[in-house]
Amino acid sequence: MIDYGLSEEQKILINLAKSIGEEYIKPYALLWDEKEVYDPTPIKALAQADLFAICIPEEYGGLGWGLFEMCLAVEELSRYCAGISTTYAASFLGAYPILLFGNKKQKEKYLPQIAKGSLCAFALTEPQAGSDAFAIKTTAQKEGDCYVLEGMKHWITNGGIADIYVVIAMTDPAKGPRGASAFIVEKGDPGFSVGKKEKKLGLRSSVTTELFFNNCRIPKERLLGREGMGFVVALKTLDYARCGAGAQAVGIARGAMEIALRHATQRVQFGQPVYHFQAVSHTFAEMAMRIEAARALVYSAARFIDSGAKNITGASSMAKCFATDVAMWVTERAIQMMGGYGYMRDYPVQKFFRDAKCLQIYEGTNEIQRNVISRELLKYYK
Amino acid sequence: MEKIIVCVKGVPEPGSVKVDPETHTLKRESSELILNPPDRCALELAAQIKERHGCRVVIISMGPPNAEKVLKEAYSYGADEMILLSDRAFAGSDTLATSYVLARAIEKLEPFELVLMGEKSIDGETAQVPAETAAILGLPSVRGVFEIKFDGKNWQMLRERGSFVEEVSFSGRAVIAVNSRLSYCRPPSLKKILEAREKEILIWNAQDLNAEEKFLGLSGSPTQVEDVFQKEFKQKGEIIEGEPLILARKLLEILKEKEILK
Ligand SMILES: Cc1cc2nc3c(=O)[nH]c(=O)nc-3n(C[C@H](O)[C@H](O)[C@H](O)COP(=O)(O)OP(=O)(O)OC[C@H]3O[C@@H](n4cnc5c(N)ncnc54)[C@H](O)[C@@H]3O)c2cc1C
Ligand SMILES: Cc1cc2nc3c(=O)[nH]c(=O)nc-3n(C[C@H](O)[C@H](O)[C@H](O)COP(=O)(O)OP(=O)(O)OC[C@H]3O[C@@H](n4cnc5c(N)ncnc54)[C@H](O)[C@@H]3O)c2cc1C
Repeated sequence: MIDYGLSEEQKILINLAKSIGEEYIKPYALLWDEKEVYDPTPIKALAQADLFAICIPEEYGGLGWGLFEMCLAVEELSRYCAGISTTYAASFLGAYPILLFGNKKQKEKYLPQIAKGSLCAFALTEPQAGSDAFAIKTTAQKEGDCYVLEGMKHWITNGGIADIYVVIAMTDPAKGPRGASAFIVEKGDPGFSVGKKEKKLGLRSSVTTELFFNNCRIPKERLLGREGMGFVVALKTLDYARCGAGAQAVGIARGAMEIALRHATQRVQFGQPVYHFQAVSHTFAEMAMRIEAARALVYSAARFIDSGAKNITGASSMAKCFATDVAMWVTERAIQMMGGYGYMRDYPVQKFFRDAKCLQIYEGTNEIQRNVISRELLKYYK
Repeated sequence: MEKIIVCVKGVPEPGSVKVDPETHTLKRESSELILNPPDRCALELAAQIKERHGCRVVIISMGPPNAEKVLKEAYSYGADEMILLSDRAFAGSDTLATSYVLARAIEKLEPFELVLMGEKSIDGETAQVPAETAAILGLPSVRGVFEIKFDGKNWQMLRERGSFVEEVSFSGRAVIAVNSRLSYCRPPSLKKILEAREKEILIWNAQDLNAEEKFLGLSGSPTQVEDVFQKEFKQKGEIIEGEPLILARKLLEILKEKEILK
């Protein structure tokens, strides 16, 4: 409802994302969800539309735009299918470490490929290291001109379908968190393999897998930043990516509300559209307020980050946590406002609800976000 | 490879067209022009050839000045140049006069390797322009093509022929009418959309094409459209109600009555 003063280019971007949603996603989203399959077609369409080039600098074949534009695209795509927008946004999660910490050679090698649509993945989580990311056990030993990776990752989005993987591993376990480093692993590297694909509650058109590193030997030039910077890379990347999760949440919430609104204004009970009952219309008013608030927060956090601000952790955590909680609340209410129609798998709202659930978990659970925000708060008011 | 030419047509947005009952012509001024949807398939195959062989894609369209929007849309699917063939003298062209103008423009664009067109327009719907243009140019034409490969010497194409698929192989140049049911057509590219805003459209008139007046517009159009009318749907659906068995019997009766079943 609020006009954010978007530029002509930004409006063109949103319209393009919308037309891709209508043509390549909307007709198939329920089918992908039902069958739990990944279809590369919409990703190919996004690549050909240059939507993977948004925040890649022009010198590497991108458009040179920022996180804000990435969020606009993610939001629009999420109105159609958050599984597809997860594949899309998680690819940026894998691209940001190279964008932020890559040296010239690494950027020259990978960024043009990424701009053209080669998928990326970001691999931090391990079975014993979820919220407690510092507990990772995967190691990288330096041997001559190589690093040898040993260990495994689980629940990695785009596992197997990505060409480029950023992997956080311990180069010096004795140093604890300061002993971790970030590496670029390529599909097809010796000793690198992809394990089982997870069965999920939602985001079922996206791919989540295990990754295995058995004597996985990679050239030493694949180290991102310096040894010991692994968690600096990971945390900075997540600062950026969390706004993307927030944008996804806004898109899901909008999508669910729009469908439920259409239904509520048409569904007649007791001789009138159910929207005429105040209990229903006020619920929609509440949804609309929360969505606009979430959107305003996500947009301003993204613009804040694009402005080059230094202390972005609190802002991006707030945007992620607030917006994803809104998406969970709105999608649940959307089902309720549609009654049984909302519950049936013939209608998409139940899918939005299942998809929204994951957003409160991945890229740092909302409990962890609250830990972060409360910690940042003390720094701000010290 | 040098150049692929794609011919695209601006057509009125479906549902927006009205027929003038006096003059039997379309009231075109009231409707926005859109890119003829089958032409997107021609643009897709052109983009594929460009990706593989690095040629330039030049799009041409004959139409009024407001077809510029259509050319820019077509451009965003991966083309390199846009040319609008526009002149008052072209007004009222039938397929022959249209093909003549397109052929003159194509000749002017020498050297080129291939001309791609849509299978048919959604307004005129004659599907004659590709073959007529080919005939005027003295080139062969192939229609219904959905896959194009080039090995450096020969073209290999797959085309639909009713219930079977035919493989066509030839060297040299041709005018291709692309199948309207490609399984995938790419979306427009963001970079191209942004580029198109600044990109100039070349405009060629009858003089630029050295076109002979007698082949242009109404005088170059042997077709006489006798009547054009809006289709009226007089019949309304009929709703029959009752038990399934009774319904089935009633339906059978109606179908026999209408001699659909015997
Ligand atoms: C679909 C999907 C895709 C994913 N994709 C990726 C990916 O691409 N790359 C990647 O590296 N990871 C990925 N993950 C992993 C994701 O980031 C983790 O699931 C997440 O960080 C939480 O870890 P956990 O699941 O092990 O939960 P746990 O850490 O076991 O948490 C369990 C519960 O305890 C709470 N909790 C834990 N610690 C605290 C604390 N200190 N204070 C308060 N509460 C706490 C949590 O909030 C949660 O409610 C993905 C996960 C999913 C589900
Ligand atoms: C209702 C109606 C009835 C008509 N009936 C007849 C008729 O019976 N006989 C007749 O000769 N004409 C007829 N015309 C005129 C005819 O539509 C125009 O001459 C038109 O420009 C070309 O024919 P088409 O649209 O059928 O093209 P088609 O042959 O169906 O188009 C095939 C392809 O040719 C290319 N192409 C066609 N037109 C252009 C263009 N202007 N610029 C660039 N590429 C183009 C496109 O790639 C298109 O996909 C009629 C027009 C209308 C609106």
